[in-house]
Amino acid sequence: MTDEACIVGIGETAYVRKPGSGLSLLGLQLQAAVRAIEDAGLTGRQIDGIMPFPNLGHAESFAANLGCENLRFQSIVWMGGAAPVASLRVAAAAVRQGLADHVLIPGGWNGYSGARARQTVAEDVSSLPGGAIARDYYLPFGFSAPPQWYSVMARRHMHEFGTRAEQLGCIAVAMRKHAQLNPNAVMKARPMSIEDYLASPMLADPYRFFDCCLETDGAAAVVVTTPERARDLGKEPVFIMSAAAGQPCPADEITNRKDIFQTGLSLAAPEAFGRAGISPGDVDFAQIYDCFTFEVLQQLEEAGFCKRGEGGAFVEGGRIELGGELPVNTHGGLLSEAHVLGLNHIVEAVRQLRGDAGERQVAEAEVGVVTGWGDFGDGSIAILRRA
Amino acid sequence: MVNQGETGIPRPLPELEGLSGDFYGYCRDRELRFQRCSDCGQWRHVPREMCAECGSWNWEGERSSGRGRVFTWTVVARALHPAFQDACPYAPVVIEMEEGVRVLSEMTDCAPEELEIDLPVEVVFEDVNEDVTLPKFRRTAS
Ligand SMILES: [Zn+2]
Repeated sequence: MTDEACIVGIGETAYVRKPGSGLSLLGLQLQAAVRAIEDAGLTGRQIDGIMPFPNLGHAESFAANLGCENLRFQSIVWMGGAAPVASLRVAAAAVRQGLADHVLIPGGWNGYSGARARQTVAEDVSSLPGGAIARDYYLPFGFSAPPQWYSVMARRHMHEFGTRAEQLGCIAVAMRKHAQLNPNAVMKARPMSIEDYLASPMLADPYRFFDCCLETDGAAAVVVTTPERARDLGKEPVFIMSAAAGQPCPADEITNRKDIFQTGLSLAAPEAFGRAGISPGDVDFAQIYDCFTFEVLQQLEEAGFCKRGEGGAFVEGGRIELGGELPVNTHGGLLSEAHVLGLNHIVEAVRQLRGDAGERQVAEAEVGVVTGWGDFGDGSIAILRRA
Repeated sequence: MVNQGETGIPRPLPELEGLSGDFYGYCRDRELRFQRCSDCGQWRHVPREMCAECGSWNWEGERSSGRGRVFTWTVVARALHPAFQDACPYAPVVIEMEEGVRVLSEMTDCAPEELEIDLPVEVVFEDVNEDVTLPKFRRTAS
């Protein structure tokens, strides 16, 4: 198997709630970008490709600040939270094809001190690929926001497979445990038990408050290049063995799928594992996009870590905790580190594969998976390995 | 009129243009009609320009039996849209119609805690204003 590209730089800002980042939306993302570029041993002048997060910035603005004098590639993947990992795939193809040498993928927001994360689509769905459908067929009935859209799938899963609230709680508790080992996690020093989870108020039944991701200020960024260029940069690269993305059908409407549990990942995961030439059993950790707990369970199933319907049992008994069979979201994820749109999942995967994860290091981590989830179930996955 | 909460923020309404105008126009006439492909017979919802099964552009707005079953639902305990703050708890419900299509709606006669998967339901129409009528559902009289 040929590695498709490398991640050579990672950068993050502080992840905070009160009093906020104190930076503009662009300034915050630039801070993470500068750190990623420095981490790669590059300068802004050498960044010639930029892939911003949908609706959160323009490549031109990044380039003008970073001094990218040779910007020749830009692209935005319109897949919501699935965009950063899907961007890895596009960036990998771009550097392999010579469209760019070094591609920057930044992302972040003031999801706490600015417009709250929960408001981004609840009041204005027009930015979604299915925006007009949501406007005409969902909003008149108050079906207005992601926890509501996804919780109907969670309820159906509970009905068909007997999945229980306590099992969703296992996911929330595992993320919170991991956050206790992460100095940059917003939920460090705020442990949570399964009793705390079950006592948290309902938001969109079956989703409780603690089933939902955080609202935080923060940004992260990564830099992608070819294995050949990575060799000259002096730092051990992390290799992208494969990356893939996919859409459910239909992707713009969530209630009328023939298979209600089918997501973009159902298509993307077999492609990614096939190209990498490995199976889910070969993976040492997984950073799974955790906008809500059930989406973690669903992605574990659709990615093939367990069979459909077995996700509830899979997440029990510490299997997804550090020291378990498949540690998931070793940084604490969107649920307990910060909501950095899944860029923080890529950063954490790289850190693990560099052996730089400190107290939360997965022993002898060689291969890791990172996924993205966006809009009405768009999916993306990258399979990464250490040098 | 149930369309305005005490906050005074009006609930969002569909835009009555294009295919959505057709769908809600039927509702205003107190008929639940879904698109049905004139060539392969496939029912569909939400309205689409083309038949994804056979590629046909030809369709009719065909009358639904109005009957279906509860497929799934959520109970919104905390509204994320300001117009629904006073409505909590309320339950957006996915109904699977006898024709096979699914519709997102609300029940008029069933508290959230009384909902059950496969509960038999039938359509009722709720006039929001003189232009907009929403299809909602009630338990089928057995
Ligand atoms: Zn047809």
